[in-house]
Amino acid sequence: MLSVVFTRPNRWRFFWKHTFLEIDQIGINSLPIVALMSTFMGAVIALQTASSMESPLLPDYTVGFITQSSTILEFSPTIISLILAGKVGSNVASEIGTMRVTEQIDALEIMGVNSLNFLVLPKITAALVFFPVLVVFSMALSMFGGWLSLLVSDLTTTEIYILGIRSFFNPFHITYALTKTLVFGFLIVSISSFYGYYVKGGSLDVGRASTQAVVSSSVAILIANFILTQLMLLS
Amino acid sequence: MIEVKQVSKSFNGQKVLFDIDHVFEEGQVNLIIGQSGQGKSVLAKCIVGLYEADAGQILFDKRNFTEMDRNERSNIRQEIGMLFQGAALFDSMTVEQNVMFPLQMFTKMTKAEIQARADFCLDRVNLAGRNKLMPSECSGGMQKRVGIARAIAMNPRYLFCDEPNSGLDPKTSIVIDKLIRDITQEYKITTVVITHDMNSVMEIGDHILFIHQGKKWWEGDRHSIINTTNPEIESFVYASSFMKEIRSLLQKKAQ
Repeated sequence: MLSVVFTRPNRWRFFWKHTFLEIDQIGINSLPIVALMSTFMGAVIALQTASSMESPLLPDYTVGFITQSSTILEFSPTIISLILAGKVGSNVASEIGTMRVTEQIDALEIMGVNSLNFLVLPKITAALVFFPVLVVFSMALSMFGGWLSLLVSDLTTTEIYILGIRSFFNPFHITYALTKTLVFGFLIVSISSFYGYYVKGGSLDVGRASTQAVVSSSVAILIANFILTQLMLLS
Repeated sequence: MIEVKQVSKSFNGQKVLFDIDHVFEEGQVNLIIGQSGQGKSVLAKCIVGLYEADAGQILFDKRNFTEMDRNERSNIRQEIGMLFQGAALFDSMTVEQNVMFPLQMFTKMTKAEIQARADFCLDRVNLAGRNKLMPSECSGGMQKRVGIARAIAMNPRYLFCDEPNSGLDPKTSIVIDKLIRDITQEYKITTVVITHDMNSVMEIGDHILFIHQGKKWWEGDRHSIINTTNPEIESFVYASSFMKEIRSLLQKKAQ
């Protein structure tokens, strides 16, 4: 399937037009859910860390440091990708699946259009371009959420929190997080497209394919997360 | 002209087409008829390459489609127009955009030329001025007509229609049939229509292929099918009380 997807588009104009539409649909439309999730998760991480810090040996800025590292290393790239697997994966599988059962894909093929390339490549490109943007946005909002919750609860000061955020910052962790995001984005869109494209039957089967797409994408993300962590952080 | 030579097709070990040999003539409406589940659509999908035939050859004006690679097939497919059973319009595009799509994708026509061609095709199917409607805003008959407009946009040499009258009222069915016949004669194209509608058979059946149990059972025209004594065809043609009534009236008249 992928060898057919990654071929030269029939018309570049159509490709770019569809890519921008997909950026809007699977990227920009996901901003509200990503913003909501990130702010609250960041707030909860900060509060839980603050409430667990009973040892006087731990410096005050630990809360900021733990919020920063857990957000960058795991929460933003992985948890947000799992959420996007649900939102974007089901959307992609049901859209392509509906096109399949209503013979729209056959219509493209009859015209001589490479339907896999026409439908899937713009989605993969959009995911690869915009998922990192979503994850960076999530990182920023998560740390903002942590700061806001600590400020409201009067558990630490802004200066100490920012000190924690900046402590032991490793730029490679950003590379690691964005690499994971690119891999996860590719997995979500390609797996969901596969389930949608090869669906057979009617609307019930499209629903089933959509569910299978979400489950398989999520499992693939968890496995890829483990492998990438082994390769990038421990090798 | 499309030649089908010894075409067979199986699904999961079950054979649905048995060595079909047939010639679909140019400038004629060629019908593939038969009861549901006998292999009509499978044969049509094998011809256009949506299904890969297990054996046999398909020749479009002597060009062997079965031996072509993806790019060569893509070129042939630009000469094929197809009307699907459910019209298969792209639901995210307007009526006009649906018709323009193959032109924008495969031709180097200017915007104005594409617009003019889309207007002409929509006018040809009596849908002038409906350019901006979305497919969901169109009736079943209108969707079929948009499907025909899209199918003829590229001036095809071959037109395939999969049950063009399904879900349509008798009056609209006649409009669609007439449109298919007129377009076939006007542009001298090879038209293949899959149907089990006897009204269509009598209206437009220049050359009829009857498929039964996945085999070529009979071929002829709309005049000869009425007088056939083949039991399978008889039971298909005279399945409705209306057709039985007509037969008895004709027999009385003959006596």
